[in-house]
Amino acid sequence: MIKPTPSQTVGPFYGYALPFAGGGDLAHGGIVVHGRVHDGAGEPVPDALLEFWQSDPQGGLRGAPGSMRRDPVTGAIIGRHGLDFTGFGRVATDADGRWMLRTLPPGLPYISVCVFARGLGHHLYTRAYLRDEPGDRLLAALEPSRRATLMATEERQGVYVFDVRLQGERETVFLDFG
Amino acid sequence: MTQERISAEIADLHEAYLKEGVERHHSARDFAPYRSSALRHPHQPLVVVDDPDAAELAGPVFGVTDVTALDADLTRQHQGEPLGERITVTGRVLDRAGRAVRGQLVEMWQANAAGRYAHQRDDHPAPLDPNFTGVGRCLTDDEGRYAFTTIKPGAYPWRNHRNAWRPAHIHFSLFGTAFAQRLITQMYFPGDPLFRYDPIFNSVLDERARQRMIAAYDHDLSVPEWSLGYRWDIVLDGPSATWTES
Repeated sequence: MIKPTPSQTVGPFYGYALPFAGGGDLAHGGIVVHGRVHDGAGEPVPDALLEFWQSDPQGGLRGAPGSMRRDPVTGAIIGRHGLDFTGFGRVATDADGRWMLRTLPPGLPYISVCVFARGLGHHLYTRAYLRDEPGDRLLAALEPSRRATLMATEERQGVYVFDVRLQGERETVFLDFG
Repeated sequence: MTQERISAEIADLHEAYLKEGVERHHSARDFAPYRSSALRHPHQPLVVVDDPDAAELAGPVFGVTDVTALDADLTRQHQGEPLGERITVTGRVLDRAGRAVRGQLVEMWQANAAGRYAHQRDDHPAPLDPNFTGVGRCLTDDEGRYAFTTIKPGAYPWRNHRNAWRPAHIHFSLFGTAFAQRLITQMYFPGDPLFRYDPIFNSVLDERARQRMIAAYDHDLSVPEWSLGYRWDIVLDGPSATWTES
């Protein structure tokens, strides 16, 4: 085994580089997942970047290229063509620490989330569970109060809320994939 | 907050790391000299996921439609030439088994030669360059190679403490073959006098790991009358499950 390159913070000035038009719009006519990112004082984090990766409605994890598809003539981002499901989303939080994802309901019970932010030297993984599955290995291993931090709340039909708390009371469960 | 105080904190934390005797590869999430980390790191230990069917063991997919030919040459994205020292940066993306990571998206972004980002909230009084935005993308080739042509970014002040200046660096964002291999890091330039003063660079506690963030000047990569060459290989960490695939 060779040793990995260390992680560093995404910093505050990624905004002109990483987010792309339609980054949170994986698909229309499906579900909406939205929420906020909070720091340890409960304040919104306005310079976080969230990435999402999920299965398609059948549970497949093949994805498809074309999340940030470019126009070959102008170089402009022209976005997804809307037929293939890419499974990948990228959203910067706004001034209130809010983000939103439009997507299809995943076949697996969760959407994988990767959190970057100024002040965060190494990104964090978590999961937004849209339903509680008794057989899920991760959920089953957590005590109820911790498990609750991974559960999105369905605020109305097809609209889910999932907040990320980087620290403190109700701190989100963050994951290690070894 | 003086540099002396920040430097003393860095020295104490590096010494404590050596005493602990456990090798850590990544930036500490809780690194007090980097003041922004105070309220943004979890207190609870991470929960290990041991599930061979986890979604994170597959990865987002990118392809040729996600990049255009000019994306890898940051000096040709505008009407005129950007100001600064033209450089080429190249290397290989590998996994921890040393295998090439092929056909994967590499993104990079940086400040201009004067140390200013093309970002509305960067109000550092250094000039913007109308011929430089500072964003590049490419896909790795069959040997895992990436290559960018750009200009050397400048150092810039950042208010973490009195006289805080970041060493010149280029941000890199990489995807491996699994979502759990995701990496955002910074490439530094050899011999920078600011290394010892910078809390972000030093948030990587291990000296050898810090060295892995520094590119090597490679005279054979320099192009006569044109550019200076730097070589920097990137090794993606990741779940053990992704190391053993054929």
